[in-house]
Amino acid sequence: MKTKVVLKLGDDISTDAIYPGRFMATVLPSETPQYAFIDYKEFNSKLISKQIAPNSVIVANNNFGCGSSREQAASTLKGWELIIIAKNFARIFLQNSCNLGLRTIICPDIEANENDELEITEKEVKNITSGKKFAIEPLPKARQAIIDAGGLIAYTRKKLMEKAAAV
Amino acid sequence: MGKTIVEKILAKATGQTSVKVGDVVEPLVDVAMSHENGALVINQFLEVYKGTELEPKVWDPSKIAIIFDHRVPAESAKTATNQKKIREFVSAQGITKFHDIRGDQGGICHQILPENGYIRPGYIVVGTDSHTTSHGALGAFSFGIGATEMASVWTLGTVLNVEVPGTIKVIVTGELPKFVSPKDIILNLIGKLSAQGANFKVIEFHGNTIRKMSTSGRLVLCNMAVEAGATSGIVPPDEETVRYLREEAGVKDKLDMIVPDADAIYEQVVEIDASKLTPQIACPHTVDNVKAIDKVSGVKVNQIVIGSCTNGRIDDIEIAASILKGKKVAEGTRMLIFPASWKIYKEAMTRGYLMDLINAGAMIMNPGCGCCLGVHQGALGDKEVSLSTTNRNFKGRQGNPNSDVYLCSPAVAAASAITGEITDPRIGVN
Ligand code: SF4
Repeated sequence: MKTKVVLKLGDDISTDAIYPGRFMATVLPSETPQYAFIDYKEFNSKLISKQIAPNSVIVANNNFGCGSSREQAASTLKGWELIIIAKNFARIFLQNSCNLGLRTIICPDIEANENDELEITEKEVKNITSGKKFAIEPLPKARQAIIDAGGLIAYTRKKLMEKAAAV
Repeated sequence: MGKTIVEKILAKATGQTSVKVGDVVEPLVDVAMSHENGALVINQFLEVYKGTELEPKVWDPSKIAIIFDHRVPAESAKTATNQKKIREFVSAQGITKFHDIRGDQGGICHQILPENGYIRPGYIVVGTDSHTTSHGALGAFSFGIGATEMASVWTLGTVLNVEVPGTIKVIVTGELPKFVSPKDIILNLIGKLSAQGANFKVIEFHGNTIRKMSTSGRLVLCNMAVEAGATSGIVPPDEETVRYLREEAGVKDKLDMIVPDADAIYEQVVEIDASKLTPQIACPHTVDNVKAIDKVSGVKVNQIVIGSCTNGRIDDIEIAASILKGKKVAEGTRMLIFPASWKIYKEAMTRGYLMDLINAGAMIMNPGCGCCLGVHQGALGDKEVSLSTTNRNFKGRQGNPNSDVYLCSPAVAAASAITGEITDPRIGVN
């Protein structure tokens, strides 16, 4: 898949940066996208005015999504169908993303700047602009199983039905 | 081969003789905690049942805890409506561990759970809150999950696909100097490990300083373990755990004192000499930006906060009252005290601490999260500085992205209230 970097971030981007606590009374996944990165005014207004295409990429360094367990941080980005490529992710954020179907890619050596063109394959991210390639680290196997099942709601529903059938 | 405490707890919770790091397991849950975000959990829980023709029923209403704390009393119609929705769900499902907005039962979730005897050694505790790591202070494996994952727990009673985490052993020895506290130990450790140093791992706390530490202090350590990225912090249970549960939490039943093996395998060992520690400050805007206090002394502060699930307990209020008794909060500085629960509030009132603090100029706020997460009470103005005993200082955390938050111990907060600037209590208090 070919796509583009729309936002480049550093280390330790917290859930307060992605989805500030002051909007936490908004819970429904359908209502959260408006507040994505709201304190990054320029980026947020590009999202709201639909200047950012689905499958666009946010690139970050280490520990993306650290901090709170708030699931809004994943649902707000999922709402715009963004893809997050980071050197690594904070545990709860990664789990929430896999549970909700937000695409997260662990790419420990990624180098990319805003507006760079990327090509993402199963095993690597190719930065078309710089010509460099970066290997993708597989997601933890426990998480991949949930993605393969179509997200945690579907996975849980399947387990529930198995349980109900067994009684 | 020896096992860590978490390997042992997960083996028990999955009915296996042993598990090892990297295994994927599905442990049975003993306590499943949510707060106002229970509104989202309910939404996701009903999603699970959609199209199944089964009646939505939680797996065990006696194991679910819901505590209103993040925005109490409600700051907006939206919050009040969420709280109403949760209240109705609680009553329809028969959930018993529910703490509403009431002076006879309320407080911050991570204080309410231990205080009411809901946590035991060896338990599996999950919460839709990252600081669920706190309950490791009583020897439970306790970790934060998202709302959809909680909906799955409510449905099945287990956590799906848990990868058994590796463990970092932290050994703390030596006596803490006067005005140096568990908060300074954990800030120092986070500075050493970095904000991601323990990501996907558990921190097990050992050493004679921990053995002598009260449960209140252990709660501080485990609470902030997540700021180094840890899945959980945990203190192997001992006599102090039993004392706390029996005397303070009123637990009568038999306790399962699961402890790690002496030859357990750790991924890393970190040693801290408590006797050499000084007061520590986490500077804006990351919790691992930790400095010794002499590097930041003199920074002017507009607001001082004592409270949160980290440092809003009776010993925290006690030290603040002892420092501020007969003194005054500096002109131009506001001081807010949020006791972590109404039980603590009442105790602090009975012991006279609240009166000393009010007379010094502090405001006593109602128990709850207060301004810790910046949605309710105590907002900061542009370019203002907050010095706070809470656990996070991310940009915008206390409600204003154009403000600075420094984190510290209660003793530092109290000493700084008198001067209006960051002040070392070892020098500033006579
Ligand atoms: S006091 Fe702060 S950190 Fe603790 S649960 Fe409340 S908002 Fe979270």
